[in-house]
Amino acid sequence: MRRPMARALGAALVLLIATIPAAAQDKPRSGGELVYVVPSEPPSYDAHQEETFGVIHPIAPHYSTLLRADPNDKTGTKPVGDIAESWTVSKDGLTYTFKIRRGVKFHDGAELTSKDVKASYDKILKPPAGVKSLRKEAYESIASTEAPDPATFVLKLKYPEASLLLNLASPWNWIYRADTLAKDPHWYEKNINGTGPFKFVEHVKGSHWLGKKNPDYWDKGKPYLDGYRAIFISSSAAQVAAVRGERAMIQFRSFSPPERDQLVQALGNKIAVQESPWDCLNFVSMHHDKKPFDDKRVRRALSLALDRYEGSKALSKITLVKDVAGIQVPGTPYATAPAELEKLAGYGHDINANRAEAKRLLKEAGVPDGFSFVFKNRGIPHPYEPLGIWLISQWKQIGLNVRQEIIEASAYHPMLKRGDFEVAMDFQCGFIVEPDLDLPRFVSTSDANYGRHKDTVIDDLMHRQGRATDLEERKKILRQLEKRLLDEEAHVIYTLQWHRIIPHLAKVKGWTITPSHYLNNQLDAVWLSE
Amino acid sequence: MWKYLLKRFLLMFPTLLGVALLTFVLIRVIPGDVVELRYSGDRGSVSQEVLDRERARFGLDKPLWRQFATWVLGVARLDFGESMWTGAPIWQEIRLRFALSLQVAIMATIVAVAMAIPLGVIAALKQDTWVDYAVRIFSIAGLATPSFWLGIVFILLLLVVFHWLPPMIYTPFWQNPWENMKQLIWPALAVGYRYSAVATRMTRSAMLEVLREDYIRTARAKGLVQRLVLARHALKNAMLPVLTVIALEFAFLIGGLVVTEQVFNLNGLGLLFVQAVAHRDYTLIQALVMLVAGCFIVANFLMDVGYAWIDPRIRYR
Repeated sequence: MRRPMARALGAALVLLIATIPAAAQDKPRSGGELVYVVPSEPPSYDAHQEETFGVIHPIAPHYSTLLRADPNDKTGTKPVGDIAESWTVSKDGLTYTFKIRRGVKFHDGAELTSKDVKASYDKILKPPAGVKSLRKEAYESIASTEAPDPATFVLKLKYPEASLLLNLASPWNWIYRADTLAKDPHWYEKNINGTGPFKFVEHVKGSHWLGKKNPDYWDKGKPYLDGYRAIFISSSAAQVAAVRGERAMIQFRSFSPPERDQLVQALGNKIAVQESPWDCLNFVSMHHDKKPFDDKRVRRALSLALDRYEGSKALSKITLVKDVAGIQVPGTPYATAPAELEKLAGYGHDINANRAEAKRLLKEAGVPDGFSFVFKNRGIPHPYEPLGIWLISQWKQIGLNVRQEIIEASAYHPMLKRGDFEVAMDFQCGFIVEPDLDLPRFVSTSDANYGRHKDTVIDDLMHRQGRATDLEERKKILRQLEKRLLDEEAHVIYTLQWHRIIPHLAKVKGWTITPSHYLNNQLDAVWLSE
Repeated sequence: MWKYLLKRFLLMFPTLLGVALLTFVLIRVIPGDVVELRYSGDRGSVSQEVLDRERARFGLDKPLWRQFATWVLGVARLDFGESMWTGAPIWQEIRLRFALSLQVAIMATIVAVAMAIPLGVIAALKQDTWVDYAVRIFSIAGLATPSFWLGIVFILLLLVVFHWLPPMIYTPFWQNPWENMKQLIWPALAVGYRYSAVATRMTRSAMLEVLREDYIRTARAKGLVQRLVLARHALKNAMLPVLTVIALEFAFLIGGLVVTEQVFNLNGLGLLFVQAVAHRDYTLIQALVMLVAGCFIVANFLMDVGYAWIDPRIRYR
């Protein structure tokens, strides 16, 4: 009896000793400066009016938002409070009441109240004359904002909206000081004053951005870092060299698979790699006013020709794509299950059957064998160029003769907007995986519906899914929308989901990858183990 | 002499105006504009209303002649306006980068001159000996090797052999000379080598030509020591074409180190130039072209002054 007891005690002791260092390692350690690379630079400092991650990556640590995507959630789809301590939603789904944290201070010492939240949202929803807001259309459901007392912020809606809470976790909606906005609504374009975990130190244009710990941050004990230094490096080779030479610890957008492999090979166990499906996607737009792309049989044939599964295996070794996916990022709440996905045209595993069907459809549509068209692609190496080459090789398999025309990156959007294409590479990149944010471009009236399809069924499904507050009901509507968009009408052809790869020095802890490179950049939970 | 200098000085203005007009027109021929680019970022969809409002704010909705006139009038008052991409004053965008580019240009010139003149002179004096062949191989290799490639080799060597990389952030020389040198010596060496190759070959051929002149023979016949023949008579006369090469290369370095700056992540004018073109930042491109053109014109002017100082025939013409 004694012996088993002694063994058990011994085993427990060994286990205890083994876990001590691990636990110690996982305990956040304060101090140090995080140095990271930002491949783009902020045009202005005001996120309400900017579109690039070049604003988010260096500046987000200075600000708070009302809600934020849970920084520990790998899907980036769980809203949690940032300066909102808690919230309630009325039974009819038309009133959202937020309790604002007390004791939150701006970096200039002023206390944050609901008045500041209201002023910030008013700037986004109803910008004063001469002030831009790029996201006011995303909040069309909001009827009014109210700040009845310093700790309460109320949003009243015109109609219930399933996506509102996630939309309020937008990383762009930084909270500014009401008094400052009242004096000069442009002030935040060139100045910084937030309530975030880090205070602004300096921005040397073209070089770097410096932030230091905010000792008055509301979340006591955080941030763990003494400061951060964001270095602007546009060349991807120089970015890799910076991490490889340990001049930088991380880059928060993504590296390509060969760059990841290079870093892993060079740095061995000094580097850790986090990967995730990315909320960005290249899809093919076909101009619906140009023959034969006005015929859905032709569009379906183009989708049926793609061997997505083999393409995924090959392309994921060389560029930033990987998963075969539907209209939502795999692993997120509204993603299509693989079994469901396989039922869509061009997503089945039997590629021979798919291509036979594609050829039949082309013949039925009167498209001759060897039919030629120009595919316009964007002059960006990753992942546009490899994807373009892959598409052309796939279409060749069904007897199409496609010539690729590379459009210089800056001339690409004007080309799409003019409709100066037959078939073109298009793209979508979201800041949170949410159908209301990812799919509006497929509504007939959207400015970004470059293929110019007119489809009242899609419009109606889009409208209905946005108002469906029941998760299962919404999923059902989204599956119908997906079938219509990618299969029955094949208005667009989805290629492969982008894949985000973040190799970072192993000493960087407390940061979790999400499907969006716009999320999780406040750096409050990040710490350095050495 | 003064008439000659005044003429050269006055010629600078029509040249600059020509550059201004050409740049203004050419940059607008390229498809896409700053507004389109700035607001069609990763998400890619902004309403036409926002785009139109922004274009109006930058004056891009006005006729071209009016845009040009407004800009030229500003330049005449030394007001280059604001960057259309960042909204910051142009001088602010350029100031820091100019300091870095100027320092790299000066350091590369020092490297080049320190290598080119002795090597060129030695090669000329030892013509067709192994020394001459060695210098010629060295200089042809310099001409054939792009400086950015040499830069990449430097970086790889430093990384692989010494596990060290030059600093990624520019520190001005007067703040911390050591940090500054650790960053800039590598691009200066990479660029200076190619630059020295051009100058070495020019020095060698100019010296060979001068050494065959009658006045050199006369100087030697008078019994002057070789050192004085070289320094006082040969080198000074051989310097005219070398000076031209040095001045033009120097001006080129101010805005032309695009790829080398990327390799070393230098926040210089070359990189700014590329970004400005990529962003269709018209005001910044125009200012940068004017600056680089100005550098070329000033370098040419100084070269003309140098000619007059070195060669009395020009002075007295």
